[in-house]
Formats: sequence, structure tokens, C-alpha cells
Amino acid sequence: MDILFNVFVDPFLQMRAAPDLLVQTLWEGLVSGVLYALIALGFVLIFKASGVFNFAQGIMVVFAALTLVGFHEKGVPAWLAVALTLGVMALLAMAVERVVLRPLVNQPDIILFMATFGLTYVLIGLGEFIFGGEPKQMITEELFIPRGAIDVAVLGGRVTFQKIDIAAALIASLMIAGLALFFQYTRIGRALRAVADSHKAALSVGISLNQIWVIVWFAAGIVALITGIMWGARSDVSFALQVIALKALPVLILGGFTSIPGAIVGGLIIGLGEKLGEFYWGPLVGGGIENWVAYVIALAFLMVRPQGLFGDKIIERI
Amino acid sequence: MRQIQTIEPGATLLAVENVSLRFGGVKAITDVSFDIRKGEVRAIIGPNGAGKTSMLNVINGFYHPQDGRITYRGATRTKMRPHVAASQGIARTFQNVALFKGMTTLDNIMIGRTLKMRRSFFWQLWRHGPAMAEEIEHRKFVEEIIDFLEIEHIRKVPVGKLPYGLQKRVELGRALAMEPELLLLDEPMAGMNLEEKEDMCRFILDVKEQYGTTIALIEHDMGVVMDLSDRVVVLEYGRKIADGTPDEVKADQKVIDAYLGVAH
Ligand SMILES: Nc1ncnc2c1ncn2[C@@H]1O[C@H](COP(=O)(O)OP(=O)(O)OP(=O)(O)O)[C@@H](O)[C@H]1O
Ligand SMILES: [Mg+2]
Repeated sequence: MDILFNVFVDPFLQMRAAPDLLVQTLWEGLVSGVLYALIALGFVLIFKASGVFNFAQGIMVVFAALTLVGFHEKGVPAWLAVALTLGVMALLAMAVERVVLRPLVNQPDIILFMATFGLTYVLIGLGEFIFGGEPKQMITEELFIPRGAIDVAVLGGRVTFQKIDIAAALIASLMIAGLALFFQYTRIGRALRAVADSHKAALSVGISLNQIWVIVWFAAGIVALITGIMWGARSDVSFALQVIALKALPVLILGGFTSIPGAIVGGLIIGLGEKLGEFYWGPLVGGGIENWVAYVIALAFLMVRPQGLFGDKIIERI
Repeated sequence: MRQIQTIEPGATLLAVENVSLRFGGVKAITDVSFDIRKGEVRAIIGPNGAGKTSMLNVINGFYHPQDGRITYRGATRTKMRPHVAASQGIARTFQNVALFKGMTTLDNIMIGRTLKMRRSFFWQLWRHGPAMAEEIEHRKFVEEIIDFLEIEHIRKVPVGKLPYGLQKRVELGRALAMEPELLLLDEPMAGMNLEEKEDMCRFILDVKEQYGTTIALIEHDMGVVMDLSDRVVVLEYGRKIADGTPDEVKADQKVIDAYLGVAH
């Protein structure tokens, strides 16, 4: 009985007893969630447009962050470094389209997936060659990313909001809203949805797949840069950063690979679930569950809704 | 891009010359030549696997033939990308219906306007002013097509939920939204009942009359072919075996043999 009590009752008693801690945990979950949603969005856009799971998304984060810091180290002012890095990501998008996607069009998806493995190692090699292997410091003041924290009295206790978290949540939310609106309401967005539905039909009405590919890979590059700045500012910029892309996997399992709202809601659910799980249920198994609890949440969810958050009900024709 | 001429009615709009297409060992098309004249309905017929769909795919750039040339509006090419073909006025429908299944009828047909939309997408971020005016204009055009095809009642229905016959009609609508010069129809009446077929025949004739669109039509129903088309080209095993008016073709011994399955 003890175990049942510890799992199903005690955590909620704790939440009631210290609501300020609950708010703190929820806030941290929200911040992670927004960042996960942003990363997942990078995957979703590419998957929608080309049916490829982009294994290189993680290394793109590192590569973008390194490029930014690298330009700045060369004495380029911060704003110009950001602009130049965006330029580099645009070039990367064009190169990927030309060298990887175009020659492999009509190949099975698994081949394209493997090609993104190749791309990953090319980017790792290139990054190490240009920037060296040592971790670097993300520029923050220069980009007006605040340091320090705000303490707020909440429900009889104190909750700490790191300023960098506030900035991250705000910027990521704006970015997500911007991308979602862009792909919902513009001609390019309509074209992207068309491509996602049927390549040959999209081609037949005059949509250029190549142009769409460049655009989504560039969008993924922008996402990578923002993620790199925000995540890099919390620790430092090194190749270890690429594992955060793995954080997007449970989000995609939950939200579906093709749904933009799915990526957003899924990201929030995973972020919140992870922090709540770690804080309230983690101690039961000796902590450290943050790394896998997201998968448990995603899989548990799939048992109830195999089609994911926003997918249509799967009805198998027999 | 090479210069594209305006073609007078009755003159050659598209010429296929000595085209051959192979997939590995499979010869889908072998040394086929024919032309399509501006304003006519040109039927392409032949038994299953004759290479009809492959021919349409060559014309709109999905497939690139190993040999031969295509001349469209006076410009000759061997290879062309499909979206370029579309931008030059070639629209098509597919044998197995290729629609944007998640979108409504209205959105599907609206996508047919893609190439007609000239405003840059940044304009559209501000959905007012010139971009808005343009959007309204395109909407009006699309609504006309919807009226014409008598599909008002399904404007807002996701096309994936529609019966096959209606999907074929929406697909025709999307192609018409491109205001094509040359319309390629791959078995537009397959899987339809008699009434739906009659409707579709009427639409095709009306398109030809009202818009002067040139039409290349693949169809298995001989009655339909005889009624609709001005000239017919007959393929069998990837080769052209006859070419002429419906009456000429109907009387051709090779065609009769091909359709009766006489051994070669
Ligand atoms: N993408 C492809 N890869 C390999 N073979 C193909 C491909 N497309 C067509 N073929 C082959 O080319 C030949 C002609 O096919 P096509 O689809 O053009 O015939 P069709 O006349 O349209 O037949 P149907 O009346 O059945 O639609 C067939 O043998 C077919 O298997
Ligand atoms: Mg066919």
C-alpha cells in the first residue's frame, strides 16, 4: 500500500502543502516546454516538406551557435554576427537542397534519413575544423540577454524567475507564433501544406519542391540558431549541445511528425511532465528521471491515442 | 527561358517527336511521334500498359525520355521540370486522383492559382491592401469554377471525405484554376457511373468551347472518346499503331486487333 500512497497520493499532498514550489516547477516546465516545442517545429517543417526525419537538426543547433560565437570572436559586432550566421544557415539550406535532396528525390525515405546522418558528420567535421573542439561561451550581454533573477512572492512563498528563462520563453514563443502564422497564412505556407499532402499534385500546379525545401531548411536553420543561443546561454556552446535535439523525439511521438499544433502542445506537455515528474515522482526512484520520463509520458499517451495528439483516427481497412 | 510563341487555333501547339522512354528493361514508350493542335480534343487510347500515362508524364515533365524531342509553343526541349511545364500553361489531372486530401475543395482549387499569385509572400503577412485585393480576385475566379463544375455544396468539405466521382471533379477544378493552355486528363471518367460520366463529358466540352483550352484526353470508354475527340492517337505496347479522326481509327484493322487482343 505504501507504494501506491507514494505514487498516487503523496505527490499531490506535497503540491497542496507548498504551492509556491508547484508554481516554480510549472514555470520551469513551461520554459523547457516552449524550447522543446521550438525544436520539434524544426523537425516537423522538414518532415512535412520532404518526408525526412532530419537527424542533423541537433548538430545544426551546435553549428549555428558556433558560427555565431565564431564571428563574434573575430571582432564582428553581435548584431552583424547574427545576420551573418543567418546567411550561413541560408547557404546551408541551399547546399542541402542541391547536394542532398535534389539528387535523392524519389529515393525511399530511409535513404534520405541516412543522408541526414551523413550531413550530421559533415557538419561535425566542418565545425571542428573551423571552430576547434573546445566549448565556447555564448555571447549574452551583446545580444541583450539578461542575467540574474527576479524573486516574486507567490502563494505564501517565493518563486524565482531566471531572467534568461523569461527571455527564452518569450523569444521562443514569438518564434513559434511567427512560424505557425507564416506557414498557415502565406502562399508559401499553403504550398508547404500542398507538398506535404502530395508531391506530384503540388508539382503539377507549379509549386517548386526545390524552393519549398530551401525555405523549410532555412526555417529549421533559424530555429537551430535561436535554440543554440538560448540553450548555449545556460551552459556553453559545445558539441554536447546536439543531444537536446533528442528531447524533441518524445514531443514528436506525442504530437505527430506532421502537425504544427502537435509540436507546440506536445512540447508543452513534455516540458511540464518532465519537470513535475522529476520533482515530485523522481525521489521515489532516486532521481535522475528527467532523461527518460518524457518517453514514458509519450508512450503512455500513445496507448490511449495511437494517432497522436492531433492526428485523425487511424482506421485500418481490412 | 526560350521564347514561347502564341499559337493560332488549329496550328500545332505541342509536337512529340520520336520519343522513347525506358525504365530499366521496360520499354514504356518506343519512338512515338504525334502532335496536338491548338483548340482540339486529342484522345490518347490503347490497352492497359500501352504507355498512355507515361506519355502524359513525359509531356508535363514528370518523366524525361531517353530519346526524342518535345516542342511546345515553338520551343523545343528534351527535359523539363514539372513546375516549369505548369508555368508555361500545362495543367493535368491524374489517373488515381492526386488531391490535397486534408484540404477543402475550395483550398484545393485555390492552390491551382499558385502561379497566378504575383504578390510576394511578405505582402501577405499584412492581409490587407494589394495582397488582400489580389486574394479576393483569386477567390472570385475560384468560385466561378466551383459554379461551373456544380460543386457548391462541397466547397468546405475536406476532399479526402468525398466520393471518388466528386474528387475527380475537384481535381479538374484545380487544373482549370491554372487557366491552362493545354489540359492533360488521365482517365477523367474512370470509376464513374453513367450520370457522372455524362456530366464530365459536358464539362470537358464546355471547357473547350468557353475557354478555348486544348485538351489531351486518355480514356478507355470508346463511346466517350468518339463523342469528345477531334483526333485520336492509339498506342499499343509503347508504340503508335494508329492516328487519325475517330472514324478512321475505329475502322483501322490494327486498332481492332489490339482491342480484340489478337496475337502478334
Ligand atoms: N515509374 C515507372 N517505373 C517503372 N515502370 C513504369 C513506370 N511507369 C510506367 N511504367 C511501365 O511502363 C509501361 C506503361 O505504363 P503506363 O502507366 O504508361 O500505361 P497506361 O497506358 O497508362 O496503362 P493503363 O491503361 O493501365 O493506365 C507499363 O509497363 C508500366 O509498368
Ligand atoms: Mg494510365
